[in-house]
Amino acid sequence: MKASPTTASVPVKRSMSVRAWIANYGVYVALALLVVINAIITPHFLTVANLRLQLIQTAPVLIVALGMAMVIGTKGIDLSVGSVMALSAAIMPLYIGYGTVPAILVGIAAGGLSGLMIGALVSYFGIQPIVATLAVLIGGRGLANVIGGEIKNLSDPGLAVLGSGSLLGIPYSVLSAVILVLVAAFLMRRTTFGVMVEAIGGNKKAAELAGIRIKSVLVSVYVLSGLLAAFAGVLVAARSSASDPRTLGLLMELSAIAAVVIGGTSLAGGKVRILGTVGGALLMQLIVSTLVSHNIPDSVSQMVQAIVIVVAVALQVGRRKA
Amino acid sequence: MSTTSTTEAGLADAGRRTRVEKLARLTQRNGALVILLCLIVVSAFAFPTFASAGNLSQIALQAAFLAPLALGLTFVIFTGGIDLSVGSVFALGGVLAAWASQYGFLAALLVPLIVCTFIGLVQGAIVAFTSIPSFIVTLAGLLFARGLLLALTEEGSETYKVPADSAFLELSRGSFLGLGFPVWIVIVLFAIGVLVLHRTSYGSTLLAIGGQPDAARLMGLPVLRSTLIVFAVSGTMAGLAGALTASYTASGVTTLGVGLELTAIAAVVLGGTLLTGGAGTVVGSLVGVVLLQVVANLINRMGLTNSNWQAVVNGAVLLVVAVAQVLLSRVQAQERQRRRGGEADAPKPT
Repeated sequence: MKASPTTASVPVKRSMSVRAWIANYGVYVALALLVVINAIITPHFLTVANLRLQLIQTAPVLIVALGMAMVIGTKGIDLSVGSVMALSAAIMPLYIGYGTVPAILVGIAAGGLSGLMIGALVSYFGIQPIVATLAVLIGGRGLANVIGGEIKNLSDPGLAVLGSGSLLGIPYSVLSAVILVLVAAFLMRRTTFGVMVEAIGGNKKAAELAGIRIKSVLVSVYVLSGLLAAFAGVLVAARSSASDPRTLGLLMELSAIAAVVIGGTSLAGGKVRILGTVGGALLMQLIVSTLVSHNIPDSVSQMVQAIVIVVAVALQVGRRKA
Repeated sequence: MSTTSTTEAGLADAGRRTRVEKLARLTQRNGALVILLCLIVVSAFAFPTFASAGNLSQIALQAAFLAPLALGLTFVIFTGGIDLSVGSVFALGGVLAAWASQYGFLAALLVPLIVCTFIGLVQGAIVAFTSIPSFIVTLAGLLFARGLLLALTEEGSETYKVPADSAFLELSRGSFLGLGFPVWIVIVLFAIGVLVLHRTSYGSTLLAIGGQPDAARLMGLPVLRSTLIVFAVSGTMAGLAGALTASYTASGVTTLGVGLELTAIAAVVLGGTLLTGGAGTVVGSLVGVVLLQVVANLINRMGLTNSNWQAVVNGAVLLVVAVAQVLLSRVQAQERQRRRGGEADAPKPT
């Protein structure tokens, strides 16, 4: 796919199509630019070890962002993802005695449950997504802290494999992210579910009249987002072989929303761009790692991220129509 | 129905509300106050020391550190926006106040107010001039203010102390008529807030923006200016609360305020202000703040010393209130529908 060449001679029209082009493809250009810049200024950037590290660190954000993209596609928002990550990571150690797989499943199920609750509140009670997910953002982290308390050591061999093992040189976390991206892309592009998600975000009334069961689709979307966030929490805990509910997934909602919006998914709903989301997540990760590798202190790094997010989102959504 | 009769019906509407509708409306507006009063009465019987003057003034003082945040947020939420940066700005205000206290009382008060107002103003400008949703702008603001705080404190390792002889300490530790100065400051601020909402056109402008942004713009209301002002004031309030806290703790604690924005939002929503904008009360937010503080006090008394329970309860309370608001709105809408329907079938003589 290529952007249709601008034939318009009117400056206004042209600037609009430039804006649309930036919104759709800007993320790839920025990503390419940043890779080139890093290849020049950052020593050891283009090494397998470093690129591998970048991908491993991108995986959790990307997985969360996939769910977020679908939620945003329905014109919703999910602020709970960071707390859900902490919650699943906090619950896991309690069940690790039953084996690795049951513990992981319980952790992920907790995310599904939280998504189910949010989805029910949003669709059946008509609570705004921002309010319902805000409540879980507050309560979820509190609950994670109550359950998890202090930092818990997770020295489970199974989890260690998930956290730092790899298949054919590809780390499991990256592999699972790739699989989830493919599944999400398939879901959005090739199934009626994807069509329904975008229809709800595009025009809820019309979608309802078209016979789409809005409530069940909305619930599924929030459940998916919860499951994905919980899985990301499991991955992070597995990689650090510890669960610290106070900091795990903190501000993840911001990174995920930024990745989704920078990737060209409109906050107004109606369109989900999975590949763009991948680009957005990689871009966010690369910005942070560029700052880190040049010894920029955390304080400056946070301020730069804040500015980048606002500028990037501003480029996407444009100026207010006066 | 002719135009005239519709207008007449509209005018008489308030008088003809059914009892159920009135009750639902009253509960929606004053639910927090009812819960608060019940809770205070019950706790006074359950815990003998609860109703002591010492404990009550302690609750009031604790509430006073959160109340300015809630006040600033209330006005932002009136316009249909949200300010998630207040927790970080609060912490920044505290650090700035503690740092500036070495240059005297005025510096300790003005530096945080000016810087935090400016941060609010910049956020307001971004919200006003672009179409980025305010929750994204202020989430980024949260990150930025926290970053600035870290930059000012050697990456969080430096805790500025307020000099022991500083007059700035009096700001939070002094008291008048048995209530601490912060409580009086909050009372004055909320009184101003009530006046602004009910006695100035600015108040109705804010509600109009929250109710129907496009209509407000078309009516020529100063939407841009109002947006700038509410976010700037929210910054000021957060900075003030931070300064008060710094004065109370005699230091600029760098780790404060994480998640405080959520507590403040919960207080505002509890008070009966709709997060959709366009409707709400200033006094309700104060009631919400006090209610959360009473709940915190009770949680401590019940032996749940783990402070994280507070967050769990806050989240649950927020959900319950949000659901209750929706259900009460539905009851009102149904009653209205039924009444109108009944009138159409057989108009009652009034």
